[in-house]
Order: sequence, then C-alpha cells, then structure tokens
Amino acid sequence: MSATWTAVLVASVGCYLLKLAGLSVPASWVEQSWVARVVDFVPAALLAALVVVQGLTSGDEVVVDGRLAGLAVAALALALRAPFIVVLVLAGAVGALVHVLAG
Amino acid sequence: MSPDRSQTLRDAVGLGLAVGLYGVAFGAAADAAGLDVWQALVLSAVMFTGASQFALIGVLGAGGSPLAAVGSALLLGTRNTVYGVRLVPLLRPRGPLRRAGTAHWVIDETTALSLAAPDRALAGLAFLVGGATLYLTWNATTVVGALGAAALGGTARAALDAVVPAAFLALLWPRLGRGNAQPAVQRRVALGGAVVALALTPFVPPGVQVVAAVVAVALAGRPRRAAA
Repeated sequence: MSATWTAVLVASVGCYLLKLAGLSVPASWVEQSWVARVVDFVPAALLAALVVVQGLTSGDEVVVDGRLAGLAVAALALALRAPFIVVLVLAGAVGALVHVLAG
Repeated sequence: MSPDRSQTLRDAVGLGLAVGLYGVAFGAAADAAGLDVWQALVLSAVMFTGASQFALIGVLGAGGSPLAAVGSALLLGTRNTVYGVRLVPLLRPRGPLRRAGTAHWVIDETTALSLAAPDRALAGLAFLVGGATLYLTWNATTVVGALGAAALGGTARAALDAVVPAAFLALLWPRLGRGNAQPAVQRRVALGGAVVALALTPFVPPGVQVVAAVVAVALAGRPRRAAA
C-alpha cells in the first residue's frame, strides 16, 4: 500500500476514534483545564501554520507568488464578512490573474 | 409541524447544504495535493471532519511526511472529542451501535446545530438531519471537486493553488474574532504558529514545521498553565 493510502486510512480511523472517545469516556476525563486549553488553542496555531506553509512555501523554500495576493484578498473579504465561498472564489481569481500577468 | 420544529429542520438542511458545497474545494485541493479521487472520497466518507481533512492533504501537498500529515489531522480532530462530551447529555446514544453511528457525525456543524436547538428532541433531529444533509453533500461535492480539478489547465491550477491557503485562512478567521474564548490569546497563538512554521521551513522536512509550530506554541503556553 502506498504511503498516501496509509496516511489516509490511519488518520481517518484515528479521527473517528477521537469522535467515538468523546461519546464513550467519562466527561471528567475531557473536562480538565489542560485538555480544554489544548483544544481551544491548538487549532489556531495549526491553521495559521498551514496558512503560511500553503501560501508562502514550496518544498523547503519560502516563495512569494500569486498565492500571497490571493491570501491578501481573502483576508480583506473575511474582514468584510464575505461568505466562505466568496472568499475562496476571490482568492482563486486573484491567483489566476497573477499567473496570467506573470505568465 | 410546530414552528420550532420547522425552524430546526430549515436550519439543519440549510447549514448542511451550505457547508457541504464546500466539499468541492476539498476535492479540488486533494487533487492538487496529489491524492486520487478514491483517497479524497475515503477522507470525506470515513474521516468526515473538514479541518482535519484539509490539514492532512495540506501537509501531504507540501511534500510532508505521512506521519506529520496524520499528526496534524489528529491534532485538529481532538476538537470532536470535546464536542462528543457535550453532545452525550443531549443525544443520549444508547448501546454500542447507536454510539458508534452517532460518533461518525460528531463535527463542528452538527454540534452547533444540536446545541442551538430549543429542546432535547429537536437537538436529536437537528443532529440527524444536519448530519445526513452535510454528509451526503460533502461526499458528492468532494468527488465533483476531485474530478473537476484533475481536468484543469495551468491558469486554473494557479487559481486552485491560491484557494487552498485562503481556505485555511477562512477556517482560522472565526477563531480570532470576538465571540471566541480569549480572542487576543488566539491571535497571539496564531501569529506564533505562523512565525515558527515559516522560520523552520528552510531547515526541516516539509510538513514537519506545521507540527513543530503547534508544539512550540504549546510549550510557550506552559508556564502560564503551571502557574494557573
């Protein structure tokens, strides 16, 4: 089996078990302050790291291209409370525009 | 039908459809990350938790190791464990089979719908209807996105490359605003995660900087935790 399939299956089963655990373990196990902190703050760190890795890197290099312009427009759209799908379409349009202009 | 009941149904179907359409972005991003349509579909059908799915393909797409990809997905998946704990008193799933089935649909949206419902019976209805609508739409649109993206040319692919980081930003954004627990700390944590990930990029294998950023931020928060 390819490494990608292994990652897909292991992570899928793992995420399911995390859901099942919530319905199965005593509430007191999960409602501890350190668990609450991790769950509250891990997503912010992880998602922010993914934003910069997806938007500004290629392999082990930091790269500035149309993706950064797309991110800037997405941030503006989010600040103006645009719906999810509008944010994505605008970012994509800007990325394509930069690609054509830099072409 | 009571007004409460029809309102709950409308909310559940509406949210399920709206968020479910977003599966197009996931399917397309999965294709861009080098996954085939079956792998994208297994993620949507079995993992069925959007942020973790995006994290897995995000790390793989950046050339990261499978281990770093799985780690990122699981870190984001811990959220659903806490949701489950909150849902037990509302949904009261009886027996191992019910529990196993309910668990599969415990995600941000079904939790929000159930907690927002006016009473326990409607919470169960919101969970089922919202979960079913979202599950079906999300999986169908995943396939559409993955197949559609595979047929794209250079410019459309550049568009897709710009959509993926914007999607992560859109997932992050609501966590940083008011209405969330400690928005100022959330913003510091996000900034810290971004800076660490970017700074480590030239020095570590792709994908590792994502997990490292989370660990670094968690360690930075530790003294305050010990003092509390």
